[in-house]
Amino acid sequence: MNHFLTIEGLTAGDLNGLLDDADEFVEVLHRPIPKVPALRGKTVATMFFEPSTRTKMSFEKAAKALSADTMSFSPGTSSLSKGESLKDTVLTIKAMGTDAMVVRHKATGAPWRIAEWIDQPVLNAGDGAHQHPTQALLDSLTIRQHFGTLKGLKIGIVGDIRHSRVARSDIQAFSTLGADVTMVAPRTLLPVDTEVFDATAKENLDEVLADFDVVYVLRVQAERGGASVFPSLSEYTDRYGITRERFARLKPEAIVLHPGPMNRGVEIDGAVADDPRALILDQVFNGVAVRMAVLFRLLGGESNE
Amino acid sequence: MAQVMDGGDMDRAIQRIAHEILEKNRGSEDIVLLGIQTRGVPLGERLALALEGIEGTPVAAGSLDIGLYRDDLDQRPKTELGATNVPGPIGEKTVILVDDVLYTGRTIRAALDALADIGRPSRVQLAALVDRGHRELPIRPDYVGKNVPTSRRERVSVRLVEMDGEDGVVIESRDET
Repeated sequence: MNHFLTIEGLTAGDLNGLLDDADEFVEVLHRPIPKVPALRGKTVATMFFEPSTRTKMSFEKAAKALSADTMSFSPGTSSLSKGESLKDTVLTIKAMGTDAMVVRHKATGAPWRIAEWIDQPVLNAGDGAHQHPTQALLDSLTIRQHFGTLKGLKIGIVGDIRHSRVARSDIQAFSTLGADVTMVAPRTLLPVDTEVFDATAKENLDEVLADFDVVYVLRVQAERGGASVFPSLSEYTDRYGITRERFARLKPEAIVLHPGPMNRGVEIDGAVADDPRALILDQVFNGVAVRMAVLFRLLGGESNE
Repeated sequence: MAQVMDGGDMDRAIQRIAHEILEKNRGSEDIVLLGIQTRGVPLGERLALALEGIEGTPVAAGSLDIGLYRDDLDQRPKTELGATNVPGPIGEKTVILVDDVLYTGRTIRAALDALADIGRPSRVQLAALVDRGHRELPIRPDYVGKNVPTSRRERVSVRLVEMDGEDGVVIESRDET
């Protein structure tokens, strides 16, 4: 593995191998001194061409917990606003001495282009509405910790699947790990071509709600046009929001996940979000561990394979 | 390929080490055995059983993976991480590190670093089934199953029922492997 760009093409063995390593990093993060020297002397650049707080901080925490140094880049304050090209920006930062680049970009495929320009590992931290592979790993880890396995679980992903890189990566990871995935959304927020997804599509949440072991609630993404395709937020909440009433109809052992940031009262009720069966903060914690696993896999061990 | 210990030799060495641990520490109170991944782990568990057999009280045993603490990470092939499972807090305890083969001492250096991140034991001791010499760091074992003089070109393999289906220690020259 030279880069970590997509869940597509990874086998169940690949995914479980990374999750096994992540389990060990969870243990490291619980130590009194939650830091190991594995990547001492390496530098990880976090290049977020699109705003992010949690993913960027999570990658930085992961790199630092492995003793790597971090450099960060934000487009608002950079030479991009002076007209520098993406390629020049990337090559300039690499010339300062990086060992890996974590990239988020609003354009689909941007991390692949960057991987062609530099001879060091590139990690995709989200590209357009395409992929967000470390999110899929942390979601899979959270579910695996809770149920022991994803095999045979029924997972419902509810919300704006069409504009969601999280949903794309999650569906690939969950189905590869043996879960039975259902996408639930109004037609306007389902993918245009649902057949390419390894998941069933449903429009009526209330018909299928009681089958799920995991309800994965997607964020209403106003910035990606998600709010313009249904009449009002309150209508969305009526039909697709995980309200207290809907939460009460879930299987008693079912769990609720959300990638954040949450719109409380829109796609998820505040009381549901704070329920012990909503593992949203576990997801955030696990994000650091899976990113450590990926960074260690790419940068730890023999450099020239 | 020369066999230097068979299953019976290994059992006797573990029993003797158990007695030495009890003698040196005046009992098994406050002792935590930590086996270094991978083959130190079953050896640590066997040692715990031997101690319990003599004293009649259970002794805590766990595992320590030092993959993240190696000083040669850049030079060795990637390996999966093993489990680190420390049974309870180790502050004010006597931790006995257990490894199969003591060689350069670099693994033990890494284990001491890992231990320092986990807690502050009152004492750390070292038990090795085989000491083959060639130390590169100032580290010495407290308990040794067998001293085996070797050349650097040789390879010492410890085989354990738990992982390899049989017990024994053999020396192979590099050409044979």
